[in-house]
Parts: sequence; structure tokens; C-alpha cells
Amino acid sequence: MYLPNTAGRRRTTILFLAPSMIGLIVFCLIPMISSLVYSFMDYDLLEGNMTYIGFRNFERILTGREFPKVLVHTLTYLGLYLPLILITSVSEALILNKSFRGRGIFRAVFYTPVITSWVAAAVVWTWVLSGKYGLLNQLLAAVGITGPSWLNSPDWAMPGVVIAAVWKDTGYYALMVLAALKSIDPTYYEAASIDGASSWRRFRSITLPLLSPTLFLLIVINVIYGLQVFDSVLIMTNGGPGGATSVFLERIYKYAFKQYKMGMASAYSWLLFIMIFVLTVIQFRLQKKWVNYDA
Amino acid sequence: MKKLIALVLSLVLVLTAVYTAVADPVTITYAHFSGAGAQEETLKKMIEAFEAKNPDIKVDLQITGFDDYFTKLATTVGGNNATDCFEMNMENYLAYMLRGACADLTGLVDTANYSEGTLNAVSSDGKLYAVPMSFSTCVLFYNKALFDQAGIAYPTADWTWADAQKAAEAIKALGDDIWGYYQPITYNEFYKSVKGNGGSLLNDDYTAFTVNSPENVAVLDAMISRVRGENHVMPTSEEMAGRGDWDLFCEGKLGMIITGIWGFSTFAEKCAFDWDIVVEPGYATPSTFFFANVNCVSPDSDKKEAAAKFIDAMGSDPDIVQLRLDASWELPTVADQNKLAQYLEVTPPANRAAVFDSMDFAAAPPALKESGAASEIINNILSTLELNEMTAQEALDAIQAELEDANLL
Repeated sequence: MYLPNTAGRRRTTILFLAPSMIGLIVFCLIPMISSLVYSFMDYDLLEGNMTYIGFRNFERILTGREFPKVLVHTLTYLGLYLPLILITSVSEALILNKSFRGRGIFRAVFYTPVITSWVAAAVVWTWVLSGKYGLLNQLLAAVGITGPSWLNSPDWAMPGVVIAAVWKDTGYYALMVLAALKSIDPTYYEAASIDGASSWRRFRSITLPLLSPTLFLLIVINVIYGLQVFDSVLIMTNGGPGGATSVFLERIYKYAFKQYKMGMASAYSWLLFIMIFVLTVIQFRLQKKWVNYDA
Repeated sequence: MKKLIALVLSLVLVLTAVYTAVADPVTITYAHFSGAGAQEETLKKMIEAFEAKNPDIKVDLQITGFDDYFTKLATTVGGNNATDCFEMNMENYLAYMLRGACADLTGLVDTANYSEGTLNAVSSDGKLYAVPMSFSTCVLFYNKALFDQAGIAYPTADWTWADAQKAAEAIKALGDDIWGYYQPITYNEFYKSVKGNGGSLLNDDYTAFTVNSPENVAVLDAMISRVRGENHVMPTSEEMAGRGDWDLFCEGKLGMIITGIWGFSTFAEKCAFDWDIVVEPGYATPSTFFFANVNCVSPDSDKKEAAAKFIDAMGSDPDIVQLRLDASWELPTVADQNKLAQYLEVTPPANRAAVFDSMDFAAAPPALKESGAASEIINNILSTLELNEMTAQEALDAIQAELEDANLL
């Protein structure tokens, strides 16, 4: 941290930093360190007493039947969510970047899901995804497809949650992509048009490379958020049916507040942290191969 | 100047302390869930009645809906920040009591006012850990119109599941979206129902799970057959299509439903047909729920006596009991049966006595410290049975293996 030389200035700097530093220490740093300590303890939330048990919590999680399933479910979510959210947010941004009548209304409509609470959205989506009478299956039926019983089926519950999440999040990321699109110099497109480049070619050779820093950011934060998927799962399926949508945070929440096993919950949290950390480091290593900061 | 300010401040502090000690009543905090929603006004009247009689105690009520209540409570208890007293349902009471989160109330409460059965439920090793407040149960509600339409006799207290199944099939035959029976395949329904066939989830001394015993398999098999096959009598969640079980009954599309007596006022208001209740049939013999809401005092509270006085009044003060009866809000746990006579007079249902008859067949939930984890494992597999082809034996074998693996005993 940079601190000025004179004592008076130093005091002022510390004073101005204090409110956010105190918040950060009390609500982030202390809980993080505590949870690391708890992960090595047998700690029952209600009893309150802690016993040091070394790596037993981690051992129990990693050798249990549950962990591989939770890992697969979480990665399935991420595997479906990430490509879909990238495609939908870039497409939406491309549409909103065109000038047409009523663009303002469209922007508002596209952004509404973002500010809707997950609880309200989940209730609506449980109706939309209902097998027999749901809107989605009615639409599928119109083109001759018999839709599954989304949230009640172990195979289709996760895709159902992903569809709802993509609907909810697209507006937010589209806004980020839109901002990046606006910053692309139009003269590139003019030059390309003069050279006779098709619209696909302009997209592939100008738009995509110049969007790559934003896309990289989207991928990094969506991997982080995707691995931490929670509210949508808890409200729409509660980890069911039959544990088919049990994911990391859902397990952490249930260990901590339904079974009162804070040690197990903390160990789960740190395993998740390690996963996110490793994946993020890998992404930063790989970015050199495809991200273009020349613009 | 500084001295003067210090003097004035000290004076203010001393005066405040003296004033607090002399004039201020003790304020106790009370966390509560069962009054959230429809009975909030009744609850507030009960507290007013208590405060009127005890001017030295003020109650700071903190109501939270059932869905969030226990998460919030666990956090406050874990953070040594629990309210002075808090409401508990029976399942969670055991988990809390076994973890030492409920104060010993022996000697602080006059136990003579409570029925013996409910006192036993909240005592352990001769010590009292909670004060009973209210109780309720589930019964079989049936739609008389659908029974008449199907030309079959109304259910009686000596019915078994086989009788109910026959009636349910006759009612199902009345139409596509008409259903015979509703009893979901869940942990609660399962532990209760197996008792009606002499089964249980654990052996007597709680050293081993006995989930896949032949008695339990027979019960689960009967439950599954209600939702599977061409002419299944109970709607699957798919066929419920987002409608609640109560909605289905009130719409006249459900012949029989096993549900709580807290549904009386809703059904009386919403059902346009005649309905009544009977003790719920068991697999071979009746087995029923006994739900009780009790109040506990936090071991960390420094106002234990005031808190105990308050929760004692919530369970036995005549005026508070009367408020509960007037509002038909579950049943008070008082020993004096005359107080309950008023409850029986209100109709529908005509056969209210079935509520008390049900108590004779109550199946207690397994008193397991890790009941939360056990019920999750059991529910996870039971909830998929209406969708897959797993047999009762396969399902219970899988549950048994997972429970043994989870190391819960």
C-alpha cells in the first residue's frame, strides 16, 4: 500500500481508507481466515465447541460418494452455462448496437431480468418449465418435440436451471459487450467494407478480436460465478430431484445451516476456492494465445 | 471544562442506571415462527395479555417465516447471539436439545398445568428442557361428494391402506383429473407409515439403521404403487402441474388427502362440498404424526427466569389458551381437558374427535442428533421414486447403504 511520507498526510490517508478497510477486514478477511481454521476442526454450529482433527474433513469429502457427483453437477452447469451466456450476450449486444425504432424499449426489456429477484424469477421459471402445461414445452410441442419434465427429471433439471440462469444474466453481460462494441473504431469497418469484406468476415476479423479482452473478462468472471451457482439451484430444485442438481454452494449451505457441520462446510469452501484459483490461473496463462489488447 | 463534562456525563450515567433499575421492565427477546402469517394478530394479543399481567416484563417479538426460521436461529445460536427464548418444532427441538442449546428449566416452570405425554416429550433424564405450547396432527380428510358419486362408503377409523386403496381406485375412475389419494413419498410420511407395519428406521438402542427391513419394504412398495402404473390413484408432481395438494382437494378433484388439522379453517372457507375427517389409516394398524411446538430458553440468556415465566404463560395461562382456542390455532397442551371441549364444538369437520383419537397412534420421529443429514439422504432417494423404475427393495437398500456410509450414529 502506498503511504505518503509526511506524518499528517499519512494520517489523513489512513483515515480515508479506514471505513472500507475495516469493512474488508471484518466481513472478508476475518471470516476467510476463520473458515480456514474451521476446516481443520470438528465444529458443530449449535454446540459451539471445536476439536482439531487435521485433514479429516477434507479426507471425508474427497473419499465420500457425494463429492464426485457434486463436482460433475457443478461442472455440467458451468459447461452448459458458459458457452450459452457468451453466445446470448454477444448476440444481444450486436442487436442492441444496431439503430432501429424502439431500441430504448428493447434495451429496458433485455435488462429487466437482471434486476428481477431470483425468488420471483424462479417461481415464474418453474411454471415455464413445467412438463405438462409449461410454456416451453407448449412451444416445443408446436414444432413437434415432446419436451421433458424439466425440473422433475434428474437428467433435465440442470439444463432447466441453466436456461433460467442464462435468461436472467444475459442482459448484464450484454451491457458489458455493448460498451466494448461502442468503443470499436468505425473506421475499421469502413476500411474493410471498401476492401469488400462480407459482414461475417467483418465480425470474425474485426469485432471478435477487438472484443476479446471483454470476452476474456466474461469467461473469467463466469467461471468464478458459475462454480458458485447457488440461489437459482436452491430455489428452483433445492438440489433435487434425488440430488441431481446438488452443487458446491448448495452443499456448503446445507452442511453449515441444516446439519450444523461448520467444519465440513468450511473444508468444502476451501476445496471450491482451490478449484476456482487453479482455473483462473490457467485462464490467465492461456489468454496470451487469443486475447488481443492492440486496439 | 473537561472535568465538568466528565462530571455531567458520570451523573447522567448513574441516573440512567438507577432509573433503569427502578422503572424499566425487563425486556426479553422471543423468536417465533408458527404465528407468521394468518395468526400473527392472535400471537400479538397473547403477548399483550401476558404483558398486562406482568408489567415488569416486556416481550420483544421476532417473527420469521418457517422457511427461514431455523437457518436464522442456528446462526444466532452459533454466534452466541440467540434470543432469550425461542419457539421450536419437535424435530428441531431434539437436534438442539441434544447439542445443549436449550437451557434446563427444571424448577422454573409449574409442570402441573401440562399433560404428562407432552411433558415427557420435552424432558430428558428427569430434566425439563422446553415448555410445550401447542400441538397438532394429521388426519385423513375426505370429500363426501366424490365418495357419493363413486357409490362407496365413507372411510372409518378401522380402515387400513388396503381399504383406502380400493376407495381411491373407485374415485380415480370418475375422471382424468380426479384423484383418489394424496400422501407424498417423503421422509416424514415414511417414518410414520412404517410404524403401522411394525417397522422402524433404527433398531431399539439406536446403534444401527434398519431401513431396508421387510416391514419397511412392504410399506414403501404400497406407497410407490399409488403413483405408478396405468391407473395410479395419486397425482405425480408432473400431474399436479404446479397446483398445491390443498388446491386440488378444495377444487373437488381429490377424494382423500392426509394433511394437517391446521387446514380446517382453509378447507371450511374454500371447499364448496361436504367434507369430513377420520383417523388416518395405517398400513396394518393406524400410525399418525404428533407435531408439537414448544418454547425453549437459551442457555446464554441472563434473563432465564423472566423468559421461563413468559413461555410458561404461553403454554398454560388461561387467557392465552383461550385466545388460541378462539382462533382455532392448533391445540393448547394444557392438562385440563374441559378447555378442549370448545374445540370439538366447531364444525366442519363433524368428526373433530378424530383429532384426539389420532393421538393414541402417534409415531415419534427418530431422536437422532444427525436427523437433518439422515432425512436428506432418505428424501433424496424417495423423491425420485415417482419418476424412475426403482423397486422399493432397491430404493431402501440404496438408502441403507448411504446411511451406513455417512457415519451418522
